[in-house]
Amino acid sequence: MNTVQSEPRGARAALPTVPAAGPQAEAEKGPVTTVQAARLVAAREIRVKLRDKTFLFSTLLFLLIAAAATVLPPLLSGGPSTVAATEQSAGPLRAAGLEVRTVPDDRAAEQAVRDDEVDAAVVSGPAVLALDEVPDDVVAALSTRPQVRLLNPDALNPVAAFLVPFVFAFIFYITSQVFGVQIAQSVIEEKQTRIVEILAAAVPVRALLAGKMVAGTVLALGQIVLVALVAVAGMVFGDGGGLLPLLGPAIGWFVPFFLVGFVLVAAMWAAAGALVNRQEDLTGVSTPVQLVVMLPFFAVIFLNDNATAMRILSYLPFSAPTAMPLRLFTGDAPVWEPVVALLLLLVAAGAFLLAGARVYEGALLRTNGRISIRTAWRTRESVS
Amino acid sequence: MSVRRRTAVGGRRTSVTAVTSVLRLDGVDRSFGDRQALKNVSFDVVAGRMTGFVGGNGAGKTTTMRIILGVLAADAGRVTWQGAPLNPQVRRRFGYMPEERGLYPKMSVREQVVYLGRLHGMTAAAASRATEALLERVGLAERGGDLLETLSLGNQQRAQIAAALVHGPEVLVLDEPFSGLDPLAVDTVVGVLRERAAAGAAVLFSSHQLDVVERLCDDLVIIADGVIRAAGDREQLRRTYTSPRFELVVESDAGWLRDQPGVLLVDLDGARAVFDLAPGADEQPVLHAALARGPVRAFRPLAPSLTEIFREVTQ
Repeated sequence: MNTVQSEPRGARAALPTVPAAGPQAEAEKGPVTTVQAARLVAAREIRVKLRDKTFLFSTLLFLLIAAAATVLPPLLSGGPSTVAATEQSAGPLRAAGLEVRTVPDDRAAEQAVRDDEVDAAVVSGPAVLALDEVPDDVVAALSTRPQVRLLNPDALNPVAAFLVPFVFAFIFYITSQVFGVQIAQSVIEEKQTRIVEILAAAVPVRALLAGKMVAGTVLALGQIVLVALVAVAGMVFGDGGGLLPLLGPAIGWFVPFFLVGFVLVAAMWAAAGALVNRQEDLTGVSTPVQLVVMLPFFAVIFLNDNATAMRILSYLPFSAPTAMPLRLFTGDAPVWEPVVALLLLLVAAGAFLLAGARVYEGALLRTNGRISIRTAWRTRESVS
Repeated sequence: MSVRRRTAVGGRRTSVTAVTSVLRLDGVDRSFGDRQALKNVSFDVVAGRMTGFVGGNGAGKTTTMRIILGVLAADAGRVTWQGAPLNPQVRRRFGYMPEERGLYPKMSVREQVVYLGRLHGMTAAAASRATEALLERVGLAERGGDLLETLSLGNQQRAQIAAALVHGPEVLVLDEPFSGLDPLAVDTVVGVLRERAAAGAAVLFSSHQLDVVERLCDDLVIIADGVIRAAGDREQLRRTYTSPRFELVVESDAGWLRDQPGVLLVDLDGARAVFDLAPGADEQPVLHAALARGPVRAFRPLAPSLTEIFREVTQ
C-alpha cells in the first residue's frame, strides 16, 4: 500500500513550495507590526465614521449650538434703549449713544412710554420714566459716575461662573458617552458579523483595540476642537470676547484632561462591547460604565460652589476631567494641583486600559452569548 | 476497524515526510467545560492539494479550524506549518473563511477586501490590484463599489471568498465555503480554489455536502465526535473503507444473484443489480455465472460514493 502511495506523493514533492501568490506578491508583503495594524484599523474606523450621516449631522448640530450660544445672547440683549426727551435734555443722552426721540413736552414723553413706542423717557426734574424695567443705560447717561478701582479685576461675572462649569462638564459627559458608545458598537459589529475571526487571525487583538481607541479619541477630540473654534469665533464676533482671556487657561488644561479621561472611559466601553454579541445587549452591560461617567457629571454640576467637594472631585479620576479645569477657571487651584491630578488620571487611565484590554482580549472571540467579566478576565484565549 | 484506520493514517504519515509544505495537526485536544470537543486530532493538509474535511454537525470541524487560525487555543497538541509551530506572523500568510460569514455590512465590497489585504501586510497598491483581479474572478467586478449589505447572500459569499484570498495565502482554511451558493457560484468557487491549490496553496475546506467534497477533494479527513476517523488520499480511503462494488445488467431477471456465493446484493431492479463482494471474493466467477445464464449488457466496478465511506467510518 505504501509503495502505491509513494508515487503520487513523490511527484507532489516536486511541486514548488512557494506560496500561492507567487514570489512577486510576497515581495510586496511585509510583516505588519502592531502599530501598523492599529493605524490601518484606526484609519478604517475614521473613514467609515466620516461617511456616516448621523455623525455628520450631529457634528453640524453641535456647531450650530455653539455658534448660537455665543453669537445670539449679545444680539438678543438688544441695542441701546430708545428715549423720549425734550430737546433741552437730549444732549447728554445723545452723547451716551442712546437713540433719542425728541418730543415737545413731558406729557408727550410719558405718553410715548405708555404706548411702548420708546423704552424710557426723561422728564423735567430730571426724572426717568419707564414701564417695568429700570433702563440702566439711561440712568447711567444722566449720572456722574464715581471713579471705580477693581481690586480683583479677574473675578468672574456670575453668569459665566455658572455657565462655564456646566459647559465643560456637559462636553466631557456627552462626548465620552457618544463616542464611547460608538466604540462599543464598532466592537459589537465586528463580533456580530464574525469578521472579528478574520481580523484576529490576521492582526493582534491588541492592534484592533488600539486602532479603535485612537480613532474614537481622534474623532471626539476633533469634534470638540471644531466646536471650540466655532465658540471662540462666536465670542469674538458676538462681542463676548471679554471672557476669552479668562477661559484660555481652563481650556488649555481641559484638553489634556479630556484626552486622558476619554481614554479611561473608552477602555471601559470597548470592554463592555466585547462582552456581548448583539447591539441590543449593549445596554445591559454598559449601565455601570454610564453610571461612572454620569455620577461625577452631576456631582460637578451640583457641587461646583462647594470648595471642599470640588477639591476632592478634581482628584478623582472620573470627575477630574471636568472638576479640575473648573477650579482653574474659578482660580482656586495652584498650578501644581492640575499636574498631580493629571498624573493620577494618567495612572488610572493606564490601569483601566490594561484591564479593558484584558477583558477585550478574553471576550472578543467568544461569539456565543453574553460573557461575564470574570470569564473574560480569566480567559487568555487568543493564542497570538 | 481500528487496525484499518491505523494503516490509513500511518501510511500517509510516512509518505509525506519528503514534502515540507504541510500543515500538520498533532494530538490536538480541546474541551469546552466538561465536553471534550476534540480528542487527539491529528491530520495533514498538504500544499498543492485540496483536503476535504467532513463530519456531522458538532463533530468538531469548526473547532479544529478555529484552532488552526489561532482564534481558539488548543488544550494540548500542536499545529505546525512547514515544520514550524504557528505564530501570528506565520498565520498572517493563512486565509480564513469562518463558518458564520461576516464582513462589514456598511462598507463597499472593494474597500473591505483591500482593507483585509492591507491588514495581512500588503501595500495599498498590491492590495488594490489583487482585489480587482479577485472580484473579476469571482464575478463581482461590477458590484465592487456597492455596500456589502446591498448584495444578495450568494454574492456576499463570493465577496467572502475574495476576502479570504486577497493576500495570496499559502494555507487556506474555509469553513463550509459552499453552503448557500447556487450551483453556478459553487463552480466559480471550486474553480478559484483549484487554481490556488494548483499554484501551491494548501487548501482545507469543510463541508457537509458530500457530493461537492467528492468532486473537489484530493485528500479527505473524516471527523466524528471530535475524533478523526479517517484521513488520507481520497482514493486510498475508498479502497480501504469500502468493499468493491459492481453493477451488472443482464438480459432478463438478475434475481439469481441473491444465491451467488460471495455476492452481497445492494440493489436489485429487474435486470439491473448492484452488489458488493464479500471479503476475499472475486468478481470473475460472478461474471462467468451471468454469461452462463445469457447475454450480459454491462458489468463494471462502481466507485462507492463518499457517503458510503462516511457512513462506514463514522458508524
